[in-house]
Amino acid sequence: MSRHSLGEGDPKTLGAILWRTVPVWAALIALALASCALAYVPMGGFNMAASLAIAAAKMVMVGVFFMHLRRPDPLLRLSGGAWLLWISFLLALVFADQATRAPISQPARTEGVTQRPTGPAGMPSF
Amino acid sequence: MNSGGEALREPWESLRRQREAAGFGMWLFLNSEALLFGALIAAFFATRFYHPQAFEAAGKEAEIVYGTVNTLVLLTSSLTMAVASFATRAELRRVSFWSLGLTLALGLVFLGLKIMEWRSDLEKGMVPGPGFPMEQPGAVLFWGFYWALTPLHALHLIGGLSTVGFLTWQAARGARPLRSPAFEAAGLYWHLIDVVWIFLYPLIYLQGRASS
Amino acid sequence: MSDLAARRVRPAEAPAEPWHDNYLTAEQGILSWLTTTDHKRIALLYMASLLAFFIIGGFAAVMMRLELFTPAQDVMTADAYNRMFTLHGTVMVWFFLVPSIPNTLGNFLLPLMIGARDLAFPRVNLASWYLFNGAGLLLLLSLLLGGVDTGWTFYTPFSTMFSNGYVLLAALAVVLVGFSSIMTGLNFIATVHLLRAPGMYWFRLPLLVWAIYATSIVIVLATPVLTASLLLIVAERGFGLPVFDPAHGGDPLLFQHLFWFYSHPAVYIMILPSFGVISEIVTCFARRRIFGYTFMIYAILWIAVIGFLVWGHHMFVSGQSLFASLVFSFLSFVIAVPSAIKVFNWSFTLYRGQITFEAPMLYALGFIGLFTLGGLTGLFLASVPIDIHVTDTYFVVAHFHFIMVGGAVTALYGGLSFWWPKITGRLYPEGWARFAAVLMFFGFIFTFFPMFIMGYAGMPRRYGAYPPEFQIWHVMSSSGAVLLAAAYLLPMGYLTLSLFRGARATDDPWAATGLEWRTSSPPPRHNFRRMPVVDEGPYLYHPESEGPHHTEREPHENQGRGA
Repeated sequence: MSRHSLGEGDPKTLGAILWRTVPVWAALIALALASCALAYVPMGGFNMAASLAIAAAKMVMVGVFFMHLRRPDPLLRLSGGAWLLWISFLLALVFADQATRAPISQPARTEGVTQRPTGPAGMPSF
Repeated sequence: MNSGGEALREPWESLRRQREAAGFGMWLFLNSEALLFGALIAAFFATRFYHPQAFEAAGKEAEIVYGTVNTLVLLTSSLTMAVASFATRAELRRVSFWSLGLTLALGLVFLGLKIMEWRSDLEKGMVPGPGFPMEQPGAVLFWGFYWALTPLHALHLIGGLSTVGFLTWQAARGARPLRSPAFEAAGLYWHLIDVVWIFLYPLIYLQGRASS
Repeated sequence: MSDLAARRVRPAEAPAEPWHDNYLTAEQGILSWLTTTDHKRIALLYMASLLAFFIIGGFAAVMMRLELFTPAQDVMTADAYNRMFTLHGTVMVWFFLVPSIPNTLGNFLLPLMIGARDLAFPRVNLASWYLFNGAGLLLLLSLLLGGVDTGWTFYTPFSTMFSNGYVLLAALAVVLVGFSSIMTGLNFIATVHLLRAPGMYWFRLPLLVWAIYATSIVIVLATPVLTASLLLIVAERGFGLPVFDPAHGGDPLLFQHLFWFYSHPAVYIMILPSFGVISEIVTCFARRRIFGYTFMIYAILWIAVIGFLVWGHHMFVSGQSLFASLVFSFLSFVIAVPSAIKVFNWSFTLYRGQITFEAPMLYALGFIGLFTLGGLTGLFLASVPIDIHVTDTYFVVAHFHFIMVGGAVTALYGGLSFWWPKITGRLYPEGWARFAAVLMFFGFIFTFFPMFIMGYAGMPRRYGAYPPEFQIWHVMSSSGAVLLAAAYLLPMGYLTLSLFRGARATDDPWAATGLEWRTSSPPPRHNFRRMPVVDEGPYLYHPESEGPHHTEREPHENQGRGA
């Protein structure tokens, strides 16, 4: 484990602290405003994708700069990223069901509820 | 570095190790929190999957001005918290108290705006149940998630406010040295609340804005 | 087999001189217990709480077995029966099995086994106990007000729209107890990472430590998803927010996905610590190193991770897509592999060992048999066609009771006997303990094996009344339950008596090798008078790469040495 792994090299004066943090904040604000503006540009299904991508970028910035993930501590990085794997387990297998479910057990198939066109054998067409 | 003084606690032998433990322990808890909100957001998307248009129409009714301003407020509070985390570590007393105070203030502003937003939602009748204004089936599910997710996030924010407030009070009384690892750990929790909001923002406020 | 192997290892008795200064006597008075941050004392506090919940949950089981003695619904109403099995499930799962081994034996042993003074966050440990009891009181309150009739699974839409019971209170109790177990879990993880003795590398850790570490990871990452699903139930039932309501286009299956994302890994939370306990006991009473130490670790980690990918096998008949069912079915077969690795490795550890049949070993051997049966029937249930045939029958009930009761509870009793001298400084009466261990095995088989048969014949679960042709199996099962109850109560009696009448234990009565046996029995407040240093792996029961002796007892060596 290196000597700087717990932030021993962190800034010690107000100037240095602000130099380390304010640019990150400015980028975050810019990204937030950009995602708000992008939401008004018609891109069909890509609106959600774009705003989620921006959110992910913001999360990475907060994680790396504000939550100290840039420190070279393997334990920190492991614990900072473990949840991603488990969230992906949840999403992958929930959608393995949702995306291939027979029409009869899809909630959207109730009379008058918004419908998603389905292909052969009840598989939704994407 | 190794003589921790009054910041050192059982069963640790050095403040460095204790600092590592505080950070690691908090990160483990944040993993848990990430799965909590991650599961709720996964549920949101799983439901949206069957009602994409209804969710867009419903999302359009959310108060985007409050939402955006609150996003900026919370991002700024993350800045002040990050400054506080560095400043306490460097034992810069004035900067520490200023940044901690600003963090608390911004957190309170967020809550205040949130309450105003909820009031406006209530006035528009966006509450699931009899008298819900939107006809489109599935739209009511969006608002079900809205009323589940935003108060839960606000509750976490209140938790963050109490923690940071308590630590600040202890430090002001002289009961907690500024280089206690608790400030950094509390900071991590605060940033998590921010990250959760970073994802709630597009989910709730940015849907369906482009469609006429 | 030589006559040596048949000779018992008598636990050495210590002369009755005054106690060393130890954790039990370090401070006096009830307040010193309620404010303690000593992991050993908190383990005992947990033991007291868990005993209370075990008795409450056991009472509900007794009432159910009583009702099922005759085909007619005669002891209680159908509604009361629903409340009984809900009580049994919620109490036993969240207030007994999940915390059973980690919070009692784990809390006590983890720091001792890795050579630490305490857990990483001693005050969080105490707080988790208070939260646990608070949650328990909430659950008891919901019980006293009239109970819950949803079953422990809280399936919607019944739980959110139709159930007439205190669902909100019970859900809140489960959310809180989940927090308590997250607190314990992250404490254990941080302890294993940061407080190991010098030289105690990862691949020198005893398997119980590995098992509890893996369990803690599962706890920290799975429990919040349960919290999420229950919070959505609270939102829907308490605040009228439609989330799963099919009338509004919501998806009730989504609840099941979230619920089982926790509740299937929860099965591994319950069984993984038992794997650790059994590995400690089997090596000690066979006087052998564990067979395939590293693969035992990989198997534990494999189970902990893949355990998250199999939850959908609870939903084969729910309307989940066939594609998803097949994926989950395949993954469920995959997870049988590491479990089988563990069973084979225990068997190979026994092979040509100097086996003696002390009570802990009897429990452990019983565990291996019962767990194998439970695991193999799990494979039946993992394959879609058989599962569809036996869904919601007693076959399923028998399967998971073989794992959780035949597995986890047997291991808890075995571990409790094994470490009783360390915890209390007293020896338990060996004859009684062996009798209880054997009685538990037979009582268990007698209670639960008939359930496989009647389940396969079509007896559905969760009914108080049933067709008379099933009566013979139910009578068998209810009679076995009497034996099982006796086998559970007996140790409570003789262990309590041993506190006052038992012979003094030496530091290492079983001639075992873990660091916990280096310190005195009971250990001092800060665990070790001289902090240990480690230069070898665990289970030093015989020189490495040397065949077993048949003429003399294998030598043993403690894993650590004084600093």
